[in-house]
Amino acid sequence: MIDLHGYGPRLLEGALVTIELAVLSLVVAVVLGLLTASAKMSRNWMLHKVATLYTTVIRGVPDLVLMMLMFFGGQIGINMFTDMLYDRFDIDIFINVNEFVAGVITIGLIFGAYMGETFRGAFMAVDNGQIEAGRAYGMSHWLVFRRIRFPLMMRHALPGLSNNWMVLLKTTALVSVIGLSDMVRVASEASKATREPFTFMIIVALIYLLIATFSEWGFARLQKRYDVGFGESH
Amino acid sequence: MAATPIPLEVRDIKKRFGDVEVLKGLSLEAHKGDVITLIGASGSGKSTFLRCMNLLEQPDEGDLLVHGEEIRFKQTRHGREPADWKQVVAMRAKLSMVFQSFNLWAHMTLLENVIEAPVHVLGKSKKEAIEHGRALLERVGLAERADYYPAQMSGGQQQRGAIARALAMDPEVMLFDEPTSALDPELVGDVLKVMRDLAEEGRTMIVVTHEMAFARDVSTQVIYLHQGHVEEAGPPAEVLGNPRSGRLKQFLAPKH
Amino acid sequence: MEALMNALTELLADNTIFTMKTLGYYGEGLVTTVQLVFLSLIIGLVLAVPLAIGRGSRHAWIKMPIFFFTYVFRGTPLLVQLYLIYYGVVFVDGIQDTWLWLILEKPFVPALIAFTLNTAAYTTEIFRGAIKSTPRGEIEAARAYGMSQRLMMRRIILPSAFRRALPAYGNEVIFMLHASAIASVVTIMDLTGAARFVYARFYAPFEAFLFVAGIYLCLTFAILYFFRYLEKRLLAHLKPANQ
Repeated sequence: MIDLHGYGPRLLEGALVTIELAVLSLVVAVVLGLLTASAKMSRNWMLHKVATLYTTVIRGVPDLVLMMLMFFGGQIGINMFTDMLYDRFDIDIFINVNEFVAGVITIGLIFGAYMGETFRGAFMAVDNGQIEAGRAYGMSHWLVFRRIRFPLMMRHALPGLSNNWMVLLKTTALVSVIGLSDMVRVASEASKATREPFTFMIIVALIYLLIATFSEWGFARLQKRYDVGFGESH
Repeated sequence: MAATPIPLEVRDIKKRFGDVEVLKGLSLEAHKGDVITLIGASGSGKSTFLRCMNLLEQPDEGDLLVHGEEIRFKQTRHGREPADWKQVVAMRAKLSMVFQSFNLWAHMTLLENVIEAPVHVLGKSKKEAIEHGRALLERVGLAERADYYPAQMSGGQQQRGAIARALAMDPEVMLFDEPTSALDPELVGDVLKVMRDLAEEGRTMIVVTHEMAFARDVSTQVIYLHQGHVEEAGPPAEVLGNPRSGRLKQFLAPKH
Repeated sequence: MEALMNALTELLADNTIFTMKTLGYYGEGLVTTVQLVFLSLIIGLVLAVPLAIGRGSRHAWIKMPIFFFTYVFRGTPLLVQLYLIYYGVVFVDGIQDTWLWLILEKPFVPALIAFTLNTAAYTTEIFRGAIKSTPRGEIEAARAYGMSQRLMMRRIILPSAFRRALPAYGNEVIFMLHASAIASVVTIMDLTGAARFVYARFYAPFEAFLFVAGIYLCLTFAILYFFRYLEKRLLAHLKPANQ
């Protein structure tokens, strides 16, 4: 039996932090991605410019640098803002950045840019005739989106989405550098304390592979669902 | 003094794409029971004209009245647009369109296609819509295909399904955009038969088509378009039986 | 123009953070980052070619270990791989007493090993995809002219696969540049390491990290344009003529 020197429970907690962080970041990223894709396809020139700037900058800078900027700069930025509120409007509030929330927002912000590209491509791949048929039958913009555009788009978006998720999952490891106790952080501390890095790092690597393999299976099932009606012969 | 409003009235529609004026002031009145066929060479503007009627294309000028209600427009930076999209949405629900490439929603079964708009646009109950939908599929000869996806059906079956989808809306006017052009020749007959039946039961229809026999036998009015204007219009016997303009004569001449 | 220069000098004169000394840190960091990324990419590329060919082998004993290698290295975070190798070197007893310690003592080498293995795994899969998508007709033509398997691989399949792989490989290069930022975690003074140092020294996160973000952005664009230029040159034959 492998001796974990009592780090077992903490490692498990760390794994939960990793999973929670990844799933919540994914939700933020998907929402941001949909907004970005809409902005990029909109006729509004300002929206288009802002969305392009966002995706270009985020995709041109390392995740770790963005994360440090948000973590170390975030609190100072918020303090400057609340000081300004106090000086100008006499509003006295104090906002403390929770590390976990900051992590979710940062990773969500990073992957929102990648999701935006995925969704934009997928939306453009939807046959325009399908949308027109919806409009011709008196569907409102929102109804067309919900019933036709979105489900048809998902078929094209899923491969990219699954790819982004796999990268996002691995990116969560970076929060350990900043001080969040995800499983990499726990394993790193345990490695130093016990001087048995292989044991802990290999366990963590296995958990990542397990999550990745499980997600692959989940995405394959989703793909099957959104592939309904396509690719069958007469 | 008309007692009942005209289902669809279009006045002086103009439309340009860039520098090219594709519709140069076209008008049309579809009274109840009319079957109006629009014919003309490709590029004559007949499909664009039809698509202007339910505002899939935005006309640059002209009026549109559905059941006596005029669609309001406003001028924007991107050109003329409807002032009230809610009005447009409500109007479209009264005019259902059948497309050249069917455009059945690929992720839904045939029956789901047929009940989609009645349930989500007209607010019918699902049970009622399914009952009505099944009856309509029976009518177009596709009762046993209700649970098939579009990709699993032939083009002719898809187009008959699309007609059932259009009928499910109980439309005031049905718009057909070259409904048989994308079909293999042997599948055209079934679709035309369904359309003939609809004309016979008194449906108001506007049909863009290349099927001259259909235009001659079924329509109450034939409009021949050439480069965005009406070259000739009238009852089929007159327009098709006795064409006056040289262009129409040439258009109707059998091709070798 | 002169007014602008004056304003700039004044701005720099007032500046306590971006002195010649801190700019020197960034400069050294840039050199380290470029060295690390360039070396790992080159070695990774050299490893990836035979691995990609082996990955398509008919023999399970060749195919399976390579699949296992790429699956593990693409399925786990680079940070974990880096820790595994770095801590492995530092903490495992005995290594310190051997000659290996001479080269492994500095964190640069463990980082280089981790980065190289990581990019080799990704590049292997990129090449494998490109090799697999070789048009069947080209292979049949080569067979018809009596080419051996080896000759066909060298003369027909690989040259066309390299070109097809170019866009994906460009992404991998950018990915490695960005991933290299984690070298700073094991005390390497790369670009990010320099930024962290400046941040800690002056407690000025915006200046420290925005500046380094700007440098990374420029590097990213340079790589992007380089690969676009390469694609234009090397993939010209796939475009329709007279356009």
